[in-house]
Amino acid sequence: MDSPAATTTKLLDLAAEHFGVDRAALRPTDDFFATLGIDSLQVLELLTKLEAHFSVELPDYELQGVTDFSTLAARIHDRLA
Amino acid sequence: MIDIEACASIGDALRAAFQTHGDRLCLIEADRDRENARLTFQELRAAVAPLAAWLQERDCRRAAILMTNQWRWHAAAAAVFAIGAELVPLDPKLAPDEHAALLAHSGADTLFVEWPFWRDRAFDGTVVVTEAPAKADVRHATRFEGARGTEAPAFVARTRDDPACIVYSSGTGGRAKGCVLTHGNYLEQLNALLKRHRFAVGDRYLSILPTNHAIDFMVGFLGPYACGATVVHLRSLRPEFIRAAFPKYRIAFMALVPMVLENLRTGLDETLAGLSWPKKKLLDLCLSIHRFCTRYEPSLPLARFLLRPIHKRFGGNLKTLFVGGAFTDPATLRRFYEFGIQVANGYGLTEAGTVVTLNDLRDYKPETVGKPLPGTEVCILEPNADGIGEVAVAGPTVMARYHDAPWLSQKTIVNGWLMTGDLGRLEPTGHLVLLGRRKNMIVTAGGKNVYPEDIEHAFDGLPVRELCVFAAHYLWSDKRTEELVLLVHANDDEFVADLRTRNLKLPNFKRVAGYVLWNKAFPRTASLKIKRPALAREVQEAGPDGVVAL
Repeated sequence: MDSPAATTTKLLDLAAEHFGVDRAALRPTDDFFATLGIDSLQVLELLTKLEAHFSVELPDYELQGVTDFSTLAARIHDRLA
Repeated sequence: MIDIEACASIGDALRAAFQTHGDRLCLIEADRDRENARLTFQELRAAVAPLAAWLQERDCRRAAILMTNQWRWHAAAAAVFAIGAELVPLDPKLAPDEHAALLAHSGADTLFVEWPFWRDRAFDGTVVVTEAPAKADVRHATRFEGARGTEAPAFVARTRDDPACIVYSSGTGGRAKGCVLTHGNYLEQLNALLKRHRFAVGDRYLSILPTNHAIDFMVGFLGPYACGATVVHLRSLRPEFIRAAFPKYRIAFMALVPMVLENLRTGLDETLAGLSWPKKKLLDLCLSIHRFCTRYEPSLPLARFLLRPIHKRFGGNLKTLFVGGAFTDPATLRRFYEFGIQVANGYGLTEAGTVVTLNDLRDYKPETVGKPLPGTEVCILEPNADGIGEVAVAGPTVMARYHDAPWLSQKTIVNGWLMTGDLGRLEPTGHLVLLGRRKNMIVTAGGKNVYPEDIEHAFDGLPVRELCVFAAHYLWSDKRTEELVLLVHANDDEFVADLRTRNLKLPNFKRVAGYVLWNKAFPRTASLKIKRPALAREVQEAGPDGVVAL
């Protein structure tokens, strides 16, 4: 299993690719709503992509209140553990 | 249906529902493709009783719920009302510090909370946590399954004047305000709403708005329980699962906010645009016949017969979509009416129970928010020459007061009239037309009143994600008073040509002078209304250099 840092890095890669933003501009502590300029429906799109990549199920309710990449990565990592 | 007039409290009404509807299906909780729970009224009552006893043993007086939509939300609320305690439904979308502030302000002594929230929150009172993993350290909280009293709970009666809930209305303006709503407020509202739209026994209601929100609390909890209908909760709100839920659970009713309705319309229009030429012609013919036959009032059986594929997309059992919480584009409402899908749009605010006006589809006027519900009075204060003034509401659904804010209560409820802060006018038919928030109104140098919401509607359908109109001087003090600026959240500037065309069709004083391309989502309330002051602060900080003149 990847380390939490590796999960975060992969998450940033996938987010940059999915929303067509510059990967170098994304940092783990960024608010993904603000940095990616996305709404809650688009976050669900991202989650679907992350689920497919990490082969893990991320229930919507697990992610309530999560707004930054590193916490999101930690939630994914918890589910992988 | 239970006899609502005979009930003195929500606890009474729920008890009557449990007795009346016994083995009817009350709740379904689904998560993606699986079903987590399916409970009859009797089974839910059996789950509620030991929880109520447990709360009573701990002398619970006021309990907050911080959960997403699921069966335990209803069970917790029913237990709270059974012991005569008060409920504080909290918005799960708020941040931990906001939850902490509301919990402290409300004076709640008990908290029901889902595990994902409890991980990074604290509360000194009694805590019941749901869905915590077996090995998780829940600290001083009790797991939901373990919150079971030893004795049968004693039902505690309440009167209609007693407080039932403190509901925090974040509104679009800033500080959250706790609306104290009485049992009478809710029961009167329930009675009035069911006179317009009654659930039949066995009808299925799809609950996707959060239940802490006044709309879902009424039409996704109290209403179905009173009528013996079934509430379907989805733990995932991803569009594919919502779409699948319509046919799978034979959904008859759903409440939603305008933005979701717009998405449904876009999806439908895209599908129809992809039809082959002969199919399109056939559809146009069916739409024409339907339009002619329903020019005075809608007919669901006719619509389902003539426009079967469209109705099938919504499962084939859909009766009505309720939409509220923000302004709905009349063109979207008209489109659904054409399809024979009944969309009842309304106007309401937490301070007035839930709903103040509702369009009833007979004498349908989609450019309005309908007529006041039975028992509710609406008047326009100090109307100008066009009949426009502040909307005031009176009636048995108006809240008792704001919690712990007497000065604010006095300012808001004057001689029994609730000052809504919204501007509108009443049509001769009694339909209410809303124009915007009083505090958002812009007075131009020429003395004209401009309502930003009114201009935003003129730009509905532009290929952008979001847009919002501001007065330039409100953002940057050195700008001229009459200049209006359109803030556009979009990926590119492909909308500009269309914006220019539409802008020119507006009267001079309503035209925007320029636009600002914004790359962030607008801050919004739980009901997805734009938080204008918060957004304005962001734009202000960015400075006026980004304004592109039109």
